[in-house]
Amino acid sequence: MSEPILEIDHLQVEFRTDEGVVHAVDDVSLTLAAGEVLAIVGESGSGKTVTAMSLLGLNRSPNATFRGSARYRGTQLLTASEDELRAIRGAEMAMIFQDPMTSLNPVQRIGDQIAEQILAHEKLTKAEVRDRVVELMDRVGIPRAAERARAYPHEFSGGMRQRVMIALALSCSPSVLIADEPTTALDVTIQAQILERLKELKDETGTAIILVTHDLGVVADIADRIAVMYGGRIVEEGTVDEIFYDPQHPYTWGLLGSITRVDRDRGERLPSIAGLPPSLLAPPEGCHFRARCPHEFERCGQGPPLEDRGAGHPDRCWLTVEQKRARRVVDDGEIGLAAKVAVEASPEGLVDRRETPPGAPSRVAGDAGAAEDARVAEEDR
Amino acid sequence: MARFVVRRLVGMVLVLFAVSVLTFLIFNVIPNGDPAVRMAGKNSTPAQIEQIRKEWHFDESLPQQYLFMMKQIFTGKLVSYSDQTNVWEQIRMGLPRTFALGIGAAILWMTLGILLGLYSAVKAGRISDRVLTVLALIGISMPVFWVGALMNYYLGYKLEWFPNGGYVEISEGGIGEWLYHLILPWTALAILFIGVYSRILRSNILDTINDDYVRTARAKGISERRVMTRHVLRNSLIPIVTLWGLDFGLVIAGGAVLTESVFDLQGVGQYFAEAIGRLDVPPVMAVTLLGAVFIVVLNTVVDIVYAVLDPRIRLG
Repeated sequence: MSEPILEIDHLQVEFRTDEGVVHAVDDVSLTLAAGEVLAIVGESGSGKTVTAMSLLGLNRSPNATFRGSARYRGTQLLTASEDELRAIRGAEMAMIFQDPMTSLNPVQRIGDQIAEQILAHEKLTKAEVRDRVVELMDRVGIPRAAERARAYPHEFSGGMRQRVMIALALSCSPSVLIADEPTTALDVTIQAQILERLKELKDETGTAIILVTHDLGVVADIADRIAVMYGGRIVEEGTVDEIFYDPQHPYTWGLLGSITRVDRDRGERLPSIAGLPPSLLAPPEGCHFRARCPHEFERCGQGPPLEDRGAGHPDRCWLTVEQKRARRVVDDGEIGLAAKVAVEASPEGLVDRRETPPGAPSRVAGDAGAAEDARVAEEDR
Repeated sequence: MARFVVRRLVGMVLVLFAVSVLTFLIFNVIPNGDPAVRMAGKNSTPAQIEQIRKEWHFDESLPQQYLFMMKQIFTGKLVSYSDQTNVWEQIRMGLPRTFALGIGAAILWMTLGILLGLYSAVKAGRISDRVLTVLALIGISMPVFWVGALMNYYLGYKLEWFPNGGYVEISEGGIGEWLYHLILPWTALAILFIGVYSRILRSNILDTINDDYVRTARAKGISERRVMTRHVLRNSLIPIVTLWGLDFGLVIAGGAVLTESVFDLQGVGQYFAEAIGRLDVPPVMAVTLLGAVFIVVLNTVVDIVYAVLDPRIRLG
C-alpha cells in the first residue's frame, strides 16, 4: 500500500446536549491510502457517520468538541478554518449522503446543482461546465444526460438521484470519496447497481473511498479493508478476508450473522443481535459490547485495547484467538450462529467468493444490467 | 396553463354572482333600509317618496331590483343613493390612493419582514432574537386603527414631524410631499404584516437549515453566504412570496379601510366605509365586487408564481 492520504488519529467527538454529553466517537484511529476502499461498518449510533462528517467539518457546531487529529495531505481537518475546509470540500474530499430523496435541492435543476460545485472550485466557462456536467451524468449511467440535466430532482427515481449524487461527488475528481450509507435508502436491485457503478468509477478514477454502512453484505465486493465500529469505538479492523473468514470480535460475528442470505431457508428467522446499543451519554465501563455479549467475563469490565491478539489483525476482545475460533463455531446462540455461517462458508468461499459473494445484495449484482434496462425503460415512459 | 386560467375565470364569475347576491340581500334585510325615504329627505310628502321609488325602481320585485343594479354596475351608470354621484368615477378617483397605500405598505412589510426574519433566524435563541420575538408579537397584537391614531396624534399633531393625515397627489405636491404624507399610513398598515412575516420566515429558515440538501450544499465547498442565500433563503421564501400576494389582495380589496379612514387618504376603502355608514348600497356593491375580482385575480397570479418558484407544484 502506498502512503496514506488520510490519517485519523485518536479521534474523539463529543456533543453537548440537554441530556448530557454524548460521546459519539471514542478514540478512533484509521488510515486511508490513495485508491483504497475502507468500509466503516456498524449499526445506528455506532459513530460511523459522525466520524465521516467530522472529516469535512460538516457536524461542527458550538456544542461539538473534536479531539485527536485527522490529517488530509498535511491539512489538519479538525482545526482547519472554514475557508481551508471549503477548499477541500467537494474538490479534494466529496461526500455522498444516505438519502438521495432529500439530499438534492428540490427547486434547482439537477445540472445547476452539479455545476455549482464545479464553479466553486474551478474557473471554467459556462459551456465548459455544462459539458462537464453532462459528461459526469453520462458516466454515472443517467440516460439522455444533456436533457436530464435540465430536470428537477422530483423527476428522478431514487436510484437515479443517487447517481446524481455520485456525479456531484465526482465532479471535481476528489482524492477521497466518503459514501455515507449510499445504498440504504434504495431498493435491493438499485443498491447493487449503485455499488457496481461506484466500483467501476473507483477503478477508472483511482479515488479512495470511505464507505460507511451498517450492512456487511454491501461491502464484501467493493472494500479492501473493514473497520467495525460499536458504541463509538472500532472493535475490529482488518482486510475483507480477515473480517469475513476470521472474525475476532463477538460483535462482528453478530453482524455477519445478520446479513440477508439467499442460500438460507426462507422460513428461518434472520438472526439478530439481542439488546440495544449502549447509551453514548454514559458509555459502560470496559467493553462497550459487554451487555449484549454472551461471552462476557469479569475481565470485560476493563476496556480491552484495540490490538492484535494473534489473529493477524487488531480487535477489542479479551478472549484469546483460540477461544474465539472455538466459540464462534460451537456456540449456537444468535451470535454463534453467525460465526458458524461465516466459517462454514470459508472453504469454498475463499476460492470463488467473487463469483458467489456472501450476502443477497451482491448476488443480485449479476442481474444489474437487466434491472437497469428495465428501470431506464420505465423512466423513459 | 391556459385551462387553469380559464377555470379560474369561470370560478370568478360564480364568486361575483354569490358575493353580489349576498351583499344585495344583506342591505335589503337590515332595518331602516328604505333608500327612498332617506333620499327624499326630512320634509317630504308621501307622494314625493312614491315618485322616488318609481324613478329608482324600488317598487319592483327583489330579483328585478337586483338585475337592474347589476345592469347599472356593468354599464358604468351606477349612481350613489346619497349624493347621486357616479360610483365608478368616485372609485376611479380613489383607486390610485388605495394602490399607493397598498403597494408601498406591501413593499415595506416584505422588505422588513425578510430582514428581521433572517436576522432572527441567524441569531435564534440569543437575546436579539427574543427581543424581536416580543416586538413581533406586540406588532401583531396592535390594531391598525389604534396604532394609526396614536401615530397621527403624536407624530403628526403633537410633534408635527408628519402631516396630520391627508393625501397629496404627485402632480400637485411632487413626489416628496406624496412620500411625506404616505410614510405614516404605510408604517401603520405594515406593522402587523412585518410581525407575521418575520415570524413565519424565521421558522421556515430554521426548518430549512437542517434539511439534507443544505448539508449537501455545504459539502460542495461553496461559501456559507451562498449556502444561506441560494439554498436556505431561496427555499424558505417560497411560502412567504405566495402569502404576500394573497395579503396584498386582501389589503387592496378592503383591508386598508381602517388605515385610509384614520389617515383620511380618501381612497376606495374610505369611500366604502363612508358608504356603509350612509347605507348607500351602490358604492358598497361596486367596491365589494371590485374587491372580489381583485382577490380572485391575485389568487390566480399567486398560484402561477408558486408553480414557477417551486417546480414540484403543478397547476391543476
